Amino acid sequence: MAILTLTINGEHVSGKDDESLLAIAQQHGIRIPTLCHLDGLSDVGACRLCLVEIEGSPKLFPACTTRPQEGMAVSTDTERLRRYRRIIIEFLASEGNHQCAVCVVNNHCELQNLSYETRLTHVSVPYLYPKKELDASHENFIIDRNRCILCTRCVRVCHEVEGAHTWDIAGRGIACEIISDLNQPWGTSESCTSCGKCVLVCPTGALIEKGEAVAEMEKKTDFLRYIVNARRKREWVNVDSDEE
Amino acid sequence: MSKTITISPVTRIEGHAKITIQMDDRGNVVDARFHVNEFRGFEKFCEGRLMWEMGGITSRICGICPTSHLITSAKAGDDILAVAIPETAEKLRRLITLAQWIQSHALSFFHLSSPDFLLGFDSDPATRNIFGLITKDKEFARRGIRLRKFGQDIIEVLGSRRIHTPWAVAGGVREPFDAAKRDHLLAWIPEAKETALLALTTLKSIHEQFAADIPNFGSFRSMFVGLVAPDGALEYYDGTLRVMDGSGNVIADKIDIHKYDDYIGEASESWSYLKFPYYKPLGYQKGMFRVGPLARMNICDYIDTPLAEDERKVFKAIAGKAEAVNNSFYYHYARLIELLFAVEKAEMLLHDPVMLGTNIRARAMINRRLGIGASEAPRGTLFHRYEVDENGVLQKVNLIIATAQNNLAMNRTVRQLAIQYIDGNRITEGILNRVEAGIRCFDPCLSCSTHASGRMPLHVQLLDCEGTVLSELRR
Repeated sequence: MAILTLTINGEHVSGKDDESLLAIAQQHGIRIPTLCHLDGLSDVGACRLCLVEIEGSPKLFPACTTRPQEGMAVSTDTERLRRYRRIIIEFLASEGNHQCAVCVVNNHCELQNLSYETRLTHVSVPYLYPKKELDASHENFIIDRNRCILCTRCVRVCHEVEGAHTWDIAGRGIACEIISDLNQPWGTSESCTSCGKCVLVCPTGALIEKGEAVAEMEKKTDFLRYIVNARRKREWVNVDSDEE
Repeated sequence: MSKTITISPVTRIEGHAKITIQMDDRGNVVDARFHVNEFRGFEKFCEGRLMWEMGGITSRICGICPTSHLITSAKAGDDILAVAIPETAEKLRRLITLAQWIQSHALSFFHLSSPDFLLGFDSDPATRNIFGLITKDKEFARRGIRLRKFGQDIIEVLGSRRIHTPWAVAGGVREPFDAAKRDHLLAWIPEAKETALLALTTLKSIHEQFAADIPNFGSFRSMFVGLVAPDGALEYYDGTLRVMDGSGNVIADKIDIHKYDDYIGEASESWSYLKFPYYKPLGYQKGMFRVGPLARMNICDYIDTPLAEDERKVFKAIAGKAEAVNNSFYYHYARLIELLFAVEKAEMLLHDPVMLGTNIRARAMINRRLGIGASEAPRGTLFHRYEVDENGVLQKVNLIIATAQNNLAMNRTVRQLAIQYIDGNRITEGILNRVEAGIRCFDPCLSCSTHASGRMPLHVQLLDCEGTVLSELRR
């Protein structure tokens, strides 16, 4: 591990070579908008909201999956990036069926908050109004694919933290969607432990608790930090015994 | 040559509509129709959604009476969960229902209808509105606006927002009430009562002034339908259905709302998006009935608040013995009695200690596949009927809205007014406004009833027998 020095928005910062640009920026109090990233889960660079500019390259790089280099000059908040971020949110809005006013997570939704943050006032591309399935077969939870933005947080938390790997992705391109087990109703899934982690990490109203009404559900992701910390510090090991 | 007059859009109602008046070749009115030309499709697009979302979705039908949809939807939800909601929750829901009546009835009278009465049907349409009213009698208008604010205030105090609150849910309500909120609302009561009484006094003075016009405002016998309490009292939240004929005879009573489908049918016509509900036992057309304040005032045995009950007796005297009040103009009177009742009843509820309870929500999962809710919205009985699968996903939705139930009667009223006031080729602004005012008696809310969005402008067309537009008036 080496400590590198680079600049973010002209400010000199330092970070470890195995950290992401996003992590380094966060350590220095520089905000980069994200949607698929969640502390405690691996990064996949799916949502592209954290794109940054790196001097010397015409390409844009996702901050969550890009490693630093010595002397790198990174910009996180240019006019071009702001425009692209707004377009990303605009496309997400047009690709799904997002009706904030009647959504269970209205006012507690990361997609909605980012729409405000990126100053999205209207959607200039045609809405696709896709026909998506709503699956309420699980005893406690519901997946409404109309509101899914394919961030894959549910897939990752289920695989990496719960270890059940109930969720996966099927299809390609616009037909891509989250499925449980072998593309079967969630309620019939044998791998699901009903732990509800996927519901809590979902940034929108795609995964929700049953029985909640409009604007009633608030997602809390703190649990993830506790679990990851406990795991890292091996807190589950019984200190009085030799067993691990 | 025969012709048709079209009044489009109709103003100062909630929604978008037009009126066409068909004339024969001698210039006599042969028919008049009230067309609602908006479509929204709520019943269809709610299919596939979740039962728990319905309060939020259906209340978005309209910004005037979202609370009525919310409450009725929550009741249909209770039915699906098969729960009896906590007493506190029921009383809180009752209070918000009264608040809905207060704000909507105040809007109907002060903002929408009183300009006709206080400024005159023939006054300049440009100023015959709430602003003209403010110019003429600022204090009267201010009081009306404040009374509406009181209703909105109750809704905001309970539901955290004035419009489209998602506060009532299947099983109860989301937030409890407290003593500070109660005291805030109680402080409104004296002023609200005074304004409701002022509205009644004002309207009654108008009855004399417009004595010549009133008999033409949709005076015909029809049935009246609405909810009444188990003891026959005026009801707004619960109860059973009662059907009364135009002579004041109760022809069906204590009908469980789950059986509404046996009594109320829905017909469609090609010329309007607003359906035509009718009383099934008598068939379409013959089964015309009215709902809303006039109906409720006719069918109830008494009102359980003192001032409103005194006024109800005066109202009943208009009809004479064993008669129902059949003139649609008296919707206004009945509405104001209800406004007074709502203020009095809200006061009674606010003094009830049960309101401060904290057990406000029963939790359950899907226990029935069919849920029906009914309550008295400001404009009449509102029904929500949901069929769900075992997971609570909606398979079928039926919403029967008060304004739709008045559709046959509104058409009848328009026809009666057109025949009375239109002769030959002369159409004046004042005549058009009387026709509009006929509609306004019912305080129709077209956004809800066509499950349509809208502004409320007025469009009248005069057509010949071939359907050619001869003259047109747009506002």
